[in-house]
Amino acid sequence: MGQTIVEKILNQAGGTKDLSAGDIVNARVSCLMTNDAVGELLIQALDELGAKPWDKDRIAVILDHYIPATTENAARTHKLLRDFSKKYGLHMFDQQGVCHQLMLENSVLPGDVVIGTDSHTCTYGGIGAFATGVGSTDGAAAMATGELWLKIPETIKIELKGRLPDHVHPKDIILKVVGDLGADGATYKALQFSGEGAASISTEGRFTICNMAIEAGGKTGVFEPDAVTEDYLKDRKEKGTFFKSDPDAVYCEQITVHLDQLGPHIACPWSVDNVVAVEKIAGTHIDQAFLGSCTNGRIEDLRIAAGVLKGKKIHPEVRFLVTPASRHIYQQAMAEGLLETFLSAGAIICNPGCSACFGGQGMLWEGEVCIGSHNRNFRARMGHRDSKVYLASPETVAVSALAGNIEDPRKGA
Amino acid sequence: MSVIKGKVWKFGDGVDTDIIIPARYLILPLEEMKHKAMEPVKPEFAEKVNEGDIIVAGQNFGCGSSREQAPAALKALGIRAIVAASFARIFYRNAINLGLPVIECRDLYEQVDEGDVIEITPLTGKIRMPENGMEFSGSTLPDFLLEIINNGGLIPYLSAKFKTS
Ligand code: SF4
Repeated sequence: MGQTIVEKILNQAGGTKDLSAGDIVNARVSCLMTNDAVGELLIQALDELGAKPWDKDRIAVILDHYIPATTENAARTHKLLRDFSKKYGLHMFDQQGVCHQLMLENSVLPGDVVIGTDSHTCTYGGIGAFATGVGSTDGAAAMATGELWLKIPETIKIELKGRLPDHVHPKDIILKVVGDLGADGATYKALQFSGEGAASISTEGRFTICNMAIEAGGKTGVFEPDAVTEDYLKDRKEKGTFFKSDPDAVYCEQITVHLDQLGPHIACPWSVDNVVAVEKIAGTHIDQAFLGSCTNGRIEDLRIAAGVLKGKKIHPEVRFLVTPASRHIYQQAMAEGLLETFLSAGAIICNPGCSACFGGQGMLWEGEVCIGSHNRNFRARMGHRDSKVYLASPETVAVSALAGNIEDPRKGA
Repeated sequence: MSVIKGKVWKFGDGVDTDIIIPARYLILPLEEMKHKAMEPVKPEFAEKVNEGDIIVAGQNFGCGSSREQAPAALKALGIRAIVAASFARIFYRNAINLGLPVIECRDLYEQVDEGDVIEITPLTGKIRMPENGMEFSGSTLPDFLLEIINNGGLIPYLSAKFKTS
């Protein structure tokens, strides 16, 4: 019987061969990531255990949520994490961007098993790693031992056919999939994106798609690494291991998405699976627009939005926050003149990090509405319990910021 | 593990981690943070909840972030068990790691009202409403996870193991 890519990676990490979905594997962890939202709890748990980090070269500690320190408590957490990292010689990324983007730029390779104390760790499946989010106690256990027990998930195969039309983006694919599966439609399962349509999606787009596997409850999302992945890794010394699913691998469900028939989608308040076609709610008033996060704060996303805004002014009553996902992306955007475009259009450029995604900046008051390129629109996440958040592609966000209301990016094109 | 008996707080479907503990409170010390639990949907909850109470909820309880502060805050407020129609994966694992029993049971959710008293036997998954004698069967945990809960969570469990080995 054939194996899925997830089964292959987890068998390799467990030193086993024939385990399959449903079996429990004690997996060796290739790298472990924690951040300032939960790292303090992890350190406490590690202390209680009386244990030390198992391998300093495989652990990253990232300050990205409350940066630059937003409160005294944030400053306390940051100091604690800095001291901890220094004491054990761990990799510390101090306010350089969103944890997931930094992990992808610096650490993760195809075939790795990556554990992060953040639910969007599943993003790394975009280059064919197995990556999943855990809580801080599991994180501490993994930090102490370099291993973690995992149930090998069943896989839902999502076959991508055709190519995306203009103005439709990878974000629209995953919004459609989450809307169809529901917020718990993939609980305990992996989402594997395959088919000829996958080859036309950039690595950045694959990260966007895998990032939101958790929004359907999934344990991870994954693309099989290919020529696109190889190209993405061209400047990296190590290339990892490219696993692919066998032709006779077993899937618990198969879904086909016809990319050429897909239009722009949007998730409406207050759940990510509340997805409709953008045209259905075009005209909805907005107060704020946000471009950033581990979902869509990458250079491609900034290029798309800057392309829309070039030479234009955002609506005078809209606050437009742009947050590049990492320092590297920030510099690249600067070199390409994108930041100049954003500033001239009237946007506010924030420091690389999580930013408005979870209400770390750019919070909303009662009745206010935000459209964002991020991944969650839960009630009260970005501020007042009666504020509203819509989630869409960078292009939809940018055209809406110009219009002052939710706008279909195909309009006027 | 013995029977857990307590008063029910009832929540609906899709209670996500930003409802259980909104992200902006995550860096507060736990003792302060716990007072913000469930604020977006039931602001009076943290104040009125009593030691020994039980949460009963609908589908996909705890979806969203991996923040362990979510089950930790509920536990710190005195919640002794959570029964939901279903749980999100990371929350479920986090609750067990903190020694907080989690039981899946859809039927109870449909029958129980806030304020009712229920009795749970985690070992068998049996849930009873002593006032009307109604019984429900909920999910059970594999032995090694029950052992974690019996030890008070993954850390005490691992420490005990480290000591004996
Ligand atoms: S950008 Fe948003 S979703 Fe991503 S890690 Fe930061 S807070 Fe979480």
